[in-house]
Amino acid sequence: MIPCNFSKNFLVKTILSQSQMALTVKRLAHQIMETHVPFTDTVIIGIQPRGVLFSDKIVAELKTLIAPAQLLYGKLDITFYRDDIRKELHVANKTDIHFSIENKNVIIVDDVLYTGRTIRAALDALLDFGRPKKVELCVLIDRRFSREFPIQSNYTGRAIDTFVSEKVKVNWGENEEVVLV
Amino acid sequence: MELSTKHLLGIKNLTTEDINLILSTAANFKDVLQRPVKKVPSLRDVTIVNLFYENSTRTRISFELAEKRLSADTVNFAVSGSSAAKGETLLDTVNNILSMKVDMVVMRHSASGAPHFLSKHIPVPIINAGDGINEHPTQALLDAFSMKEKFGELKGLKVAIIGDILHSRVAMSNMYLLKKMGAEIIITGPPTLIPKYIEETFNVKVEYNLKKVLQWCDVANVLRIQLERQNQPLFSSLREYNIAYGINKKILESLGKEITIMHPGPINRGVELDSDVADGPFSIILNQVENGVAVRMAVLYLLANREN
Repeated sequence: MIPCNFSKNFLVKTILSQSQMALTVKRLAHQIMETHVPFTDTVIIGIQPRGVLFSDKIVAELKTLIAPAQLLYGKLDITFYRDDIRKELHVANKTDIHFSIENKNVIIVDDVLYTGRTIRAALDALLDFGRPKKVELCVLIDRRFSREFPIQSNYTGRAIDTFVSEKVKVNWGENEEVVLV
Repeated sequence: MELSTKHLLGIKNLTTEDINLILSTAANFKDVLQRPVKKVPSLRDVTIVNLFYENSTRTRISFELAEKRLSADTVNFAVSGSSAAKGETLLDTVNNILSMKVDMVVMRHSASGAPHFLSKHIPVPIINAGDGINEHPTQALLDAFSMKEKFGELKGLKVAIIGDILHSRVAMSNMYLLKKMGAEIIITGPPTLIPKYIEETFNVKVEYNLKKVLQWCDVANVLRIQLERQNQPLFSSLREYNIAYGINKKILESLGKEITIMHPGPINRGVELDSDVADGPFSIILNQVENGVAVRMAVLYLLANREN
């Protein structure tokens, strides 16, 4: 018999350490800046609930680069737009988009891009708020080759190859890191 | 997170977690209703039948709007003009409708317990939109939502329920809900319209002096005098009722404090509520109606059939 604890610990693999994560956030913010300077028609939308933890970091970094008042930042909950509500019920979070997205460049921010279904739902939800000029996607982790929709990110923290059985965990707060379980 | 029940037959068999889940989901739907596109695709694969064996304006429109704003397909059934008028039984009617692949039933019926009976015989979720003098759960939920919106929380809130308690399913559902959520209740109205054992059954206080009650409460939920359910007269005249238990501007001004006025509708103006109160600044009657759609969206969303 394989000792359980040993195998569990053995299988946890760090993808991004705390210091790498800080650098990645910085880089992504700069890449977004590079494309969108002077940021007059660009807005950031974080996906509830976990994408917002990441978009908060991106926005904090962007605020060091441009005037904070100039940055429009919203949060989007996609619960009611999911295609799997008949399978599992999710608790809804708050959508908070206090500005018009009409004719804006919208950057959707989420932590992990996997099947693409969340982003598909996010696009549906977003379009109910208006007609953006362009929509881009920024993710911290891209699980490559596992897409179920033709969706890809414009800004990627780290692209990784994974098995379906594996899980990517993004931790924020004190022990910031991304691990593969 | 899921509701503990498959049907919404009444507040009686809901847990406080259920109630909190419905109210918080309703808050999300209220946000949806403020958007430019007041619609989400959540129930686009669900068909719902609205069975109304009894008249309704608000509840029926509210349910139908809630269903449409969740992208569900809806069919409406009213007893007049249907085969029920030819003598078809309730169960036959429902089974015939269900054989056309309907996924959920919303029902109002003049017989207390009709949805409970139905729930034992059909496999799909049932939402009680009012059954006789038993319960009207979505009304109690939207009342709770409106009170919560105004006061922040229900715990410790002082609620007066005024009027025809005997025939009121709204009063029943409200009492169950408010008790579960920790609010305080006083019942008032003519003694002939208050059931005898209500104090013991619901653990509520009964007080016959309207002014005393109004002075005590934060919210007055004023009920409609249900003339259609009274086989014998239980008070001498509507005018006398208005003098003894009608809420008017004069009595509100004499309280020396502000209280919130609620009414489930339809109002008998000049009987239980005078127009200057119903349309006055303390009335949240139209907010109740507005919140009704969001609350019913939450109930439908949470009960919609799931595969596992």
